[in-house]
Amino acid sequence: MKALILVGGYGTRLRPLTLSTPKPLVEFCNKPILLHQLEALRQAGVDHVILAVSYMSEVLEGAMRTQEQRLGIRISLSHEKEPLGTAGPLALARELLTESSEPFFVLNSDVICDFPFTDLVRFHKHHGKEGSIVVTKVEEPSKYGVVVCEAETGRIHRFVEKPQVFVSNKINAGMYIFNPSLLHRIQLRPTSIEKEIFPVMAQDAELYAMELQGFWMDIGQPKDFLTGMCMFLQSLRVQHPERLHAGPGFVGNVLVDPSAQIGENCTIGPNVTIGAGVVVEDGVRIKRCTILKGSRIRSHSWLESCIVGWLSSVGQWVRMENVTVLGEDVIVNDELYLNGANVLPHKSIAESVPEPRIIM
Amino acid sequence: MLKAVILIGGPQKGTRFRPLSFEVPKPLFPVAGVPMIQHHIEACTKVPSMKEIVLVGFYQPNEALSRFLVSAQQEFKIPIRYLQEYAALGTGGGIYHFRDQILSGSPEAFFVLNADVCSEFPLPEMLAFQQQRGDPHSFVMLGTTANRKQSLNYGCIVANMETCEVLHYVEKPSTFVSEIINCGIYLFTPAIFQHIGEVFQRTQQELLLGACLGSAIYASRLYLSQYSQCHPERLAPNSPEGPTIRGNVYLHPTASIDRSAVLGPNVSIGKGVMVGAGVRVRESIILHGASLQDHTCVLNSIVGWDSTIGRWARVEGTPSDPNPNDPYAKIDSETLFRDGRLTPSITILGCNVTIPAEVVILNSIVLPHKELSRSFKNQIIL
Repeated sequence: MKALILVGGYGTRLRPLTLSTPKPLVEFCNKPILLHQLEALRQAGVDHVILAVSYMSEVLEGAMRTQEQRLGIRISLSHEKEPLGTAGPLALARELLTESSEPFFVLNSDVICDFPFTDLVRFHKHHGKEGSIVVTKVEEPSKYGVVVCEAETGRIHRFVEKPQVFVSNKINAGMYIFNPSLLHRIQLRPTSIEKEIFPVMAQDAELYAMELQGFWMDIGQPKDFLTGMCMFLQSLRVQHPERLHAGPGFVGNVLVDPSAQIGENCTIGPNVTIGAGVVVEDGVRIKRCTILKGSRIRSHSWLESCIVGWLSSVGQWVRMENVTVLGEDVIVNDELYLNGANVLPHKSIAESVPEPRIIM
Repeated sequence: MLKAVILIGGPQKGTRFRPLSFEVPKPLFPVAGVPMIQHHIEACTKVPSMKEIVLVGFYQPNEALSRFLVSAQQEFKIPIRYLQEYAALGTGGGIYHFRDQILSGSPEAFFVLNADVCSEFPLPEMLAFQQQRGDPHSFVMLGTTANRKQSLNYGCIVANMETCEVLHYVEKPSTFVSEIINCGIYLFTPAIFQHIGEVFQRTQQELLLGACLGSAIYASRLYLSQYSQCHPERLAPNSPEGPTIRGNVYLHPTASIDRSAVLGPNVSIGKGVMVGAGVRVRESIILHGASLQDHTCVLNSIVGWDSTIGRWARVEGTPSDPNPNDPYAKIDSETLFRDGRLTPSITILGCNVTIPAEVVILNSIVLPHKELSRSFKNQIIL
């Protein structure tokens, strides 16, 4: 089977991290986002993945060569030279997608959840219609595309993008499966799948919704990246508790790369991810953070709800909170206070940031 | 023989000092480890033929003041008396009211020092200066240089550059008069009492240190740096078994400090204070009995008596220091609020305040006996 992943462009919402690394390669819970998806797809029987990108990155290409070998799947890159929206890229990859008569997956690259690809194939083949989309229940549906469907069969009646009044609390979770015949509906021009394609399919009674069980998050921006991390770690606790770190000084769900070093008298967690080669010195308190590869957190510092970029160094007695994000190779001097600071790569911070602000 | 009069004022109208003035009269507030006026008294006792020190103020008799007088007299072996004004009479009014006591024993001259002033107290030099002038009835006023803008907040002196005779004096002019300002340290002869008049009409409560506590930390820094010459035993040494000391730090001998703590520069730690592992204190005054638990960070703050700061908490103020590059800079007079918001200044915790673990207290004032439950920034917490 095949899958198309809508990777898109510069990943601007996840800056400053995406100034150094293409978004699909940013590590989420110690594994590149894209790799979470590739592994789940492969497990569901996918052997060919097409990445639809609007910005071609050599780094991404190189990383995909490595994954091809490692996972034993074929990875193609489909590069849109002008913006094609959320449906256009499918038309661009038409030849690749129609190599086979089997249904193919489409997913947004920012989505994290307990991927239900095997169930989705089964659900799709059962009703036999043209398309199935995964939906999830949220508390604030007005931010998303909302789905109105029949409870029993999942047949979709209506598809409403960002509704002003409450219509339903089920939203489009950004994962689909289609028969290749869908491609007749899409032309090679900027097209929105949610606004132009789905409503017509719904009218034709060709679109079905499968409800996702478990957690779901769009991790395309730092605040949601951290929330998604908490959800993912909790699901690890349920399914693979042995992968989480335990011991004195560790609280709740904590994921630590084996090559990381943690000092004495630290209290780490809950909801912390510590990447490869990270050094955490003595007396450090970390809660609800992602610490990316190669960083150093110096002694007696206190971090909550932060992302520390690769190879950064946080000084002694530093306090960081409120979705402070450090880009790659940032140095924070001793004894500073960062509240909601968004720091671009290679910066040295010598002054406190008491109120949220971007540091260029 | 000589005498000295120290004007200690009375209960403060001053605002930022409030959280701590509930407990102790301002003249006794510890600066660089000893009560504020002890610095004045020490300077007076270094002047040969100083026979008596008189404190003039309008504090009601209180235990702290009485105890201080007793111990100071024992330590410095000089009579020290407190003369209480029935009302705030102002600097001139106060000494005039007690002129008989001041002149008893017929001193040739007497110094008048304002308790609010932090200085090197060049009293022997002032005495020599007066004797050099030749005129036994001349009075000496100590002046110092401020920048043009700051001079408007003080008494401005215009003097003949050669003879140093004061030609003109204006208290807090509205337009620029002179960069030389009145330090609030004088040397008078008995003849002054005939002259008390318009020069001292107004109370001089808003001198160098004014009524604000931010200056206590700044004054601390000045006195601590003087200690390396005059009281080196008061400065904490850097020893391998002890905490890391940076710059000038005063540590009371009964304070208990973990060896992994890093203290200074400009830190005073009072009696019985507990400083836990991995604590960082800089530019701060920690008063008696306070407790700083592991990994806390205290910057530009005053931590009141018996307060507790929980683990990993951060207590931080903003230094209200004058521009360090301007050698003549003085503290700008403060307003508590500007544009409806609390101006960033040092953080003050009143006595017996409890700060929970892992919070941040930034640019705030916490009144005594308060137990906080969360972080606060730029606020007064009642």
